[in-house]
Amino acid sequence: MKKSKQPKEKKQRSKILAPLGDVGDWLYSNIVKKHFLSPQNFLVDDKKYKADGIGMVGSPACGDMMIVWIKVDKKSQRIKECKWRTFGCASAIASTSIMSVMVTEKGGMELSKAIHLKPEQIVDRLGGLPDRKFHCSVLGQDALRNAVEDYLVNEKTSK
Amino acid sequence: MIKSGIYLDYAATTPMDKEVLELVHKTNILEYGNPGSLHRPGRLAKKQIEKARTEIAGHLQADPNEIIFTGSGTEADNLAILGVARAHKHHGKHIIISAIEHKAVLESALRLKNDGFEVSYAPVDKNGILDIAKFKKLLRPDTILVSVMYANNEIGTIQPICAIAKTLLSFKQKTGYPLFHTDACQTAGTLSLDVKALGIDLLTINGSKIYGPKGVGCLYLKHGINLESQIVGGDQEWHKRAGTENVSLIVGIAKALDIAVSKQESENARLSHLRDYFIDKIQKTIPQVHLNGHPTKRLPNNINFSFAGIEGESLVLLLDQAKIYCSTGSACSSLDLSPSHVLLAIGLTPELAHGSLRITLGRETTKKDMDTTIRELTKIVNHLRNISSVKIYEKK
Repeated sequence: MKKSKQPKEKKQRSKILAPLGDVGDWLYSNIVKKHFLSPQNFLVDDKKYKADGIGMVGSPACGDMMIVWIKVDKKSQRIKECKWRTFGCASAIASTSIMSVMVTEKGGMELSKAIHLKPEQIVDRLGGLPDRKFHCSVLGQDALRNAVEDYLVNEKTSK
Repeated sequence: MIKSGIYLDYAATTPMDKEVLELVHKTNILEYGNPGSLHRPGRLAKKQIEKARTEIAGHLQADPNEIIFTGSGTEADNLAILGVARAHKHHGKHIIISAIEHKAVLESALRLKNDGFEVSYAPVDKNGILDIAKFKKLLRPDTILVSVMYANNEIGTIQPICAIAKTLLSFKQKTGYPLFHTDACQTAGTLSLDVKALGIDLLTINGSKIYGPKGVGCLYLKHGINLESQIVGGDQEWHKRAGTENVSLIVGIAKALDIAVSKQESENARLSHLRDYFIDKIQKTIPQVHLNGHPTKRLPNNINFSFAGIEGESLVLLLDQAKIYCSTGSACSSLDLSPSHVLLAIGLTPELAHGSLRITLGRETTKKDMDTTIRELTKIVNHLRNISSVKIYEKK
């Protein structure tokens, strides 16, 4: 019975505390923590990986750099697979991880939707990010858009 | 300290020594009087402060009335920089600080700049040591103050304070300027604080870095040097720092320094051994690591590495998850998102500055802690490099 009460409380707390970057006993939200500690869909070796589109943003000098690889189902124009690698802080890693989950769940996100994915959607799914970490979600969304655009260009040239 | 996990951030702050804690607690209960009061409780409190002052002065080879108690190391730095500059501006409006000062000094200098002073930043070499030749060229007839920290809080590099003091002598003989301040927060209880041997005019110490209480610091101010108080009110501390003295914390910092000095020699030997063991092991087991700071002229408890291809905040948070507590100079850990000015000043690329990890040892640190940390750190660095978009290291 305790369990059913807890999530409600936590949601409220994260709303209030998220801008301060201090949620519960951890630095960021529990979802950020989960995706930071067990990141989903990252790609260790890209040499053998055949992607339909690749997107890259940021630079190590700026402190954040992301690469995103996508595979696309050509019939449905949905994202089948989304792999990534990130150099960056906990929220950058969590942003890319959750983004890769968001675009591949429920049969995959349509390209038309993926290209317009908003950073705010990533932040919402993460249960909030402190203001100064908002750019992490922007980078995730940029990398995805670049990958989709890369796929569309590849498609055009192959036709 | 209750040992839960491995605390390796002693340069940030130290846990309070048990003896100090008990003394602070006791003093708080017994010496409730205002040291400025004429009556007995007041006089007793005053006596405790003067006893603490004499003890601290003893460790600095100074006179008790050359010690000013403040509310923190930062406040003592502020008082030194702002207080001296504002009181001596009739002589000149130029100050020199090193490029790797603590923010307490950097921000004070910035404030002076806004008030029409000129500030020069003395560069350091790739190990973080002040370049004396370049420093000499910055000296001018209107230079009133020089501030160089004794040892750096991030990379642990120890500055040649005596040599810097010597280069100032020829200037000083003519006019008495520039005055020389050093922030010794990281060196109290580690290196000699003999202000006469060092050739120092002002020196900052902080309670929370020497197993003493937080919220107390002190400034050594050589006899005869004028200084403008930055907190105004009562006539405490010879009109140089107003506000009712915090008796228990003052007693605490004196006791803490006493204990730290008594343990200095043995702890220095023990910690520098652990430090070198750790540095050696990491350099042998993890590829593409860079030791920041001087290989030998560094604090016995300081380790600072940069790991290529990974970012420091991730590193610190994964270590935190493994109950190992250290810090980073990465931008992501700071509120302004810019990497550490110290790491950039020693010529690190922004990328390596982002990937820095500071490990600082202390009284509770054991060899077993070092071995556990080496094991966990190796695992974590491997994991973060696996998910990193920067692949610049050689995979085995």
